[in-house]
Amino acid sequence: MNLLLSVLEQGLIYAILALGVYITFKILDFPDMTVDSSFPLGAAVTALMIQSGLSPLLTLPAAIAAGALAGAVTGFIHVRLHVGDLLSGIIVMTGLYSVNLHIAGRANVQLFSFDTMFKNGFVSSLPAPLQLYAPVLILALLTLLVKLLMDAYLSTRSGFLLRATGDNPTLVASLAKDSGKVKILGLSIANALVSLAGCVMCQYQRYFDISMGTGTLVLAVASVIVGTQLLRGLRFLGPTLAVILGSILYKGCVALALSLGLSPFDLKLVTAALLLIIIVAGGHRRKVKRRA
Amino acid sequence: MLELRNIVKIYQGGTVNETCLFNDFSLTIPDRQFVCVVGSNGSGKTSLLNIICGSIPIDEGQVLIGGENITHMPEHKRHRRIGRVYQNPALGTCPSMTILENMSMADNKGKPFNLRRCVNRKKTEEYRAMLAQLGLGLEDKLGVQVGSLSGGQRQAMALLMSTMTPIEFLILDEHTAALDPKTAEIIMQLTGRIVAEKQLTTIMVTHNLRYAVEYGDRVLMMHQGHAELDLSGEARRNLRVEDLLTRFNEISIECGN
Repeated sequence: MNLLLSVLEQGLIYAILALGVYITFKILDFPDMTVDSSFPLGAAVTALMIQSGLSPLLTLPAAIAAGALAGAVTGFIHVRLHVGDLLSGIIVMTGLYSVNLHIAGRANVQLFSFDTMFKNGFVSSLPAPLQLYAPVLILALLTLLVKLLMDAYLSTRSGFLLRATGDNPTLVASLAKDSGKVKILGLSIANALVSLAGCVMCQYQRYFDISMGTGTLVLAVASVIVGTQLLRGLRFLGPTLAVILGSILYKGCVALALSLGLSPFDLKLVTAALLLIIIVAGGHRRKVKRRA
Repeated sequence: MLELRNIVKIYQGGTVNETCLFNDFSLTIPDRQFVCVVGSNGSGKTSLLNIICGSIPIDEGQVLIGGENITHMPEHKRHRRIGRVYQNPALGTCPSMTILENMSMADNKGKPFNLRRCVNRKKTEEYRAMLAQLGLGLEDKLGVQVGSLSGGQRQAMALLMSTMTPIEFLILDEHTAALDPKTAEIIMQLTGRIVAEKQLTTIMVTHNLRYAVEYGDRVLMMHQGHAELDLSGEARRNLRVEDLLTRFNEISIECGN
């Protein structure tokens, strides 16, 4: 029961992350390495603010803003300075590592003695049985909010342009719009969500660790692919809900593997192998670009 | 009026493969003229369109629209007044979006792409009517992803979408070349109708000499970066496909093709 609850909780946190990566990876077709550092960026901002006694709720918009900025920098480097997509992300990811250290002050920050969005006066005033489920309820609410906002955004004119940019940038130019600007905007939104997930993760586990971002992209991409490929038969879900379910499903698989005796040492190796299997089996291989 | 003044375009400048395509090329197209551009491969037809649209930079010269110098205006800004249909039907539509979504997006050209809903349900009937006149049965497939349509259907949509909002210029880059003869005929008829209806200044590149004679009121035959033939008015009206073909062959023989 406890295992199920923690799978659900972590799955929901990573769902926010996966929703962000869905924008870059699926919609914009942009392998955005920035997320490996914008995830801990959100956590670092959160650790700093909570330590300084600010309300845990304030950390959410702050993390969103910080992530958006990081995404915009990657976008700027790619679009305006004409650096390749993968490389732009790696440059910002590397630079952000130091920034994150500066923000947090140390490589590890513990927040056990501070109030968080999961442990505060309000939550402890709830009746005991409800307290157990408080984190999962809060997370479900937050993830649902993010999902609804994202659905709403993707049906706006700006959201349509974002989808068109990943699909066919020529059309965006034909519509008299700058697809470069749209890309920067998309990267901002995506990294804002990733950073938000980092912020929530930091409060959930109540510590910040500089290396908590390692493998974030792979994990998020795995969730996105599980959601969009394995659940593709369930079209009525819509892509955002599919991504959320994919994230929970993926977390479930990992938890199951660990409880069946998989050594945590091998976790990343298994993650990578699993992702490869999903990609190959799901027919999600790179489209071979035809030469003009 | 569209003017190209003393255009110089060099490909791979500064290398041993340097080729000068346009050297001091000038062209003036008055408003509401329908120009058909023909010519062999590499004669500069598509480069001409790309220079007008700002898709490629030029080395010297000026591009003017209505007297305004747009030489340094980026491509997407020029498209506020230009609609363009490409040879590749995939370039004019978004494959992962539905017909309705594509139409809605095209309908919003010129408006700010802000946080208002893109699809306006009230306009669905209007779109349906527009699609119905194509005679391709698309009006009953509004919810279908464009990626699952055939090339001809996509090209018809691309043409419709590029001319949906008020524009001044229509640029057609061999837009029937990838289609079967029957579909090409449908698309050409649609093109003629739209151009006449909206009174657009049109530049159409085509390899089909018959279309070049049947449509439009001016014919330009490009050869090695200059207009080998430029017929309008009386001379254009008397032009026959055979004349054009003869001239075309003469040029080709000169080049050893």
